[in-house]
Amino acid sequence: MSAQPSAPAQRALPFRVRFVPREIVPGWLPALVSLGAIVLALLIGAVILALVGGDPIAAYAQIARSSFGSVAVFSDTLVKATPLILVGLACAIAFRMRLWNIGAEGQFFLGAWGASAVVLIPLVSNTTSPWIVIPLMMVAGMAAGALWGFIPGILKARFNVNEIISTLMLNYIAIAWNNYFIFGMWSEGGFQMSKTFPKNAWLPRLADYARSVRAFSGLTTHLGLVFALVAAVVVWFILNRSRWGYEIRLIGDNPRAAQYAGIPIARHTVLVLMLSGALAGLAGMSEISGVVHRLQGQISPGYGFTGIIVAWLAKLNPFAIILVSILFGALILAGREIQPSGIPKMIQGIILVCLIASDFLLRYRVRIQRVR
Amino acid sequence: MHKGSFLRWSGMLALLALLLSACGGTAPATGGATAAPAAPTAASAAEPTAAVPAAATAAPAELTAAAPAAATAAPATEGNFQIPAVADGKFNVAMILLGPHDDGGWSQAHYEGLQYLEKNMPDAHVAYVENVPEGADSEQVIRSLARKGFNLIFTTSFGYMDPTAAVAEEFPDITFIHVSGYKTNNANFGNLFGAMESMKYLAGMLAGARAKQDSNPKLGYMATFPIPEELRLGNAFALGMRKTCPECTLDVRWINTWHDPVKEKEGAASLFDAGAQVVFTGADTPASADVAQEKGRWGITYDWSGSCKVERCLTAPYWNWGPIYTKIAQDVKAGTYKPGFDYFDANSGGLGLYGFMEGQTPTKGVAELPAEVLQQVKDTLAKMQKGDFTRFDVFAGPIKDNTGKEIVPAGAKLEQADLDQFDSKTGCKYCMYWWAEGINAELPKLN
Repeated sequence: MSAQPSAPAQRALPFRVRFVPREIVPGWLPALVSLGAIVLALLIGAVILALVGGDPIAAYAQIARSSFGSVAVFSDTLVKATPLILVGLACAIAFRMRLWNIGAEGQFFLGAWGASAVVLIPLVSNTTSPWIVIPLMMVAGMAAGALWGFIPGILKARFNVNEIISTLMLNYIAIAWNNYFIFGMWSEGGFQMSKTFPKNAWLPRLADYARSVRAFSGLTTHLGLVFALVAAVVVWFILNRSRWGYEIRLIGDNPRAAQYAGIPIARHTVLVLMLSGALAGLAGMSEISGVVHRLQGQISPGYGFTGIIVAWLAKLNPFAIILVSILFGALILAGREIQPSGIPKMIQGIILVCLIASDFLLRYRVRIQRVR
Repeated sequence: MHKGSFLRWSGMLALLALLLSACGGTAPATGGATAAPAAPTAASAAEPTAAVPAAATAAPAELTAAAPAAATAAPATEGNFQIPAVADGKFNVAMILLGPHDDGGWSQAHYEGLQYLEKNMPDAHVAYVENVPEGADSEQVIRSLARKGFNLIFTTSFGYMDPTAAVAEEFPDITFIHVSGYKTNNANFGNLFGAMESMKYLAGMLAGARAKQDSNPKLGYMATFPIPEELRLGNAFALGMRKTCPECTLDVRWINTWHDPVKEKEGAASLFDAGAQVVFTGADTPASADVAQEKGRWGITYDWSGSCKVERCLTAPYWNWGPIYTKIAQDVKAGTYKPGFDYFDANSGGLGLYGFMEGQTPTKGVAELPAEVLQQVKDTLAKMQKGDFTRFDVFAGPIKDNTGKEIVPAGAKLEQADLDQFDSKTGCKYCMYWWAEGINAELPKLN
């Protein structure tokens, strides 16, 4: 673009918009900007809903009711939020060190696979106590996920292989790996799914206690939520209260300084990606054992990728990740409430775009100046 | 000054790019599918919803959604979208669909069945939820419909089977009908399917005759997943093919999806490139015929009566769910329906062969075939519709497999368990673990 044609266009406006980088971000600003972005997105969505001949207010009321309107649907929202929290944490801890783990989806699948292997090889029998089976599945899921983080970790540490590419590519391998087992080894009668796990491999759900507490009937929130909440505390503690976390943050903020300080960056790279993978793997385990109860394809509607957005919107804060995950869980649920399904998907997309674009306002301030 | 304008432009561009990429997620599902059925829907323009894709064919998702506002403002009961909710005092029927409701195939056939039900059962209120992935997601969707209080819920894909069973247990007062699985609780969770093998058998006869007339005795089968249903349908087709063309052979490609417009096209192209003269599909979209059109060969589509519209489409074995669903809904409402294994034959009216049903004329590619073949197909179809020729007659011995081994001796017929299952441990005698004579394929591996 040359200056000539754009100059008259500039003059046509009586003012000029300038973006000035912010030096200090006030504490209240991120929340306000995010809120504004959501409001703007809903307004755009309302226009679209009105355009297709609907009543936007009724539609939004329905969406709200279907995600937060009763204990039962809020429980569904939490079920959707559970894997998002874990995957969001997985991304956050890696991102904090500026390691771009795009592979949480694959680590999620590997975690699901590892947990399933405990039941399907089988390493345990139908009568083994769940007190043994569940921890074993957790360990196996986390180990498998950690292995899927170890590979890009060691490649990065030893050979400086770009982890964005390696983690991304490992996603496809993980899904193909899973398919190999559900199509072949563990297929049930030629169908592309394993047999249903025995009950001792199911994470307890609230509904399981409906006999003693009647209000719990039909609630599918499962123990995985507790794993996720505990994991959030642990990640917060690691990042903010441990020496290792301090070093991770230092590497993220200023790798040079970290190197001069004698921090073993290579070792931390491997360890952080392994921890990240383990968290995503735990998400896979929790989903497979708490919701799906068998190994099959389509266990994730892209949790691993949504986790990236969750971590980013939460500004890598473990507790904010919980809130953002609940919001996204609600969005996934609400997405079913309007048919045909293109409309809610589009609204989700608009909200995302507005949220991500609003980040710009955090880094720059808008100045409107009179011309001349 | 230049910095400012640059920033502004790059900001706008970035926003635009983000918008496009965000919409990209939805576009392949809706856009790809709406593009396909454009021509067929024009014919059935009587229904306002069906006319929509024709008006705004290749437009991106949001445009297709926006277009009907002007076109069909008049009947807008709930606008042109709907929220699946129950209507008080009505018999509420819900359906969940694997693909978009206008996918031009499997899901659209179900959706039109639901519309037929709404029209023919005045006290019924219907709702649908589309694009529901099989697996964990579907259980939550089914449960949320049950919580809302629907009286009857149809779940229309194989992978919804166990989720449906699980929710049915929690809601004993609601009837759940699962299409295409193999489980029931004989109380409120029933199984429903039909003898599509009969129609595939007839389509095989037509395809064989076509290949013979074109002097290229190679045919192709685009199969979805290595499950008994797909072997059953492929075998039925091959048995029909060999009736009219004893030297014909059938190649098989597994595409491992029920609905994927891109993969289906690739699969069809690979079969044509390997020399196939006629390709038929087990998946949802009319890719087999669309690619045949490009290659100058012949395709056979599946599932939906409107799917066979291009010149190079021979025929389409299709589902006519309307009468079946309406009957079930009326019986459930009256309390006379016993959920169990409900497997209908051609005499139910639930099955069709495009070009041969009432009010249809054969496609050009079929009309050119020898008159005695057409008569043979018509006679067999008539017998099927009368109930004199059932799915078990399709699989009447003697049947040899593709290694020359006799599978069913003369005088014997397969039974239901044989049609449904691979493994003799599950109680079938002959089982569906064989490929009929003329099929070039290996059996899927079992454990």
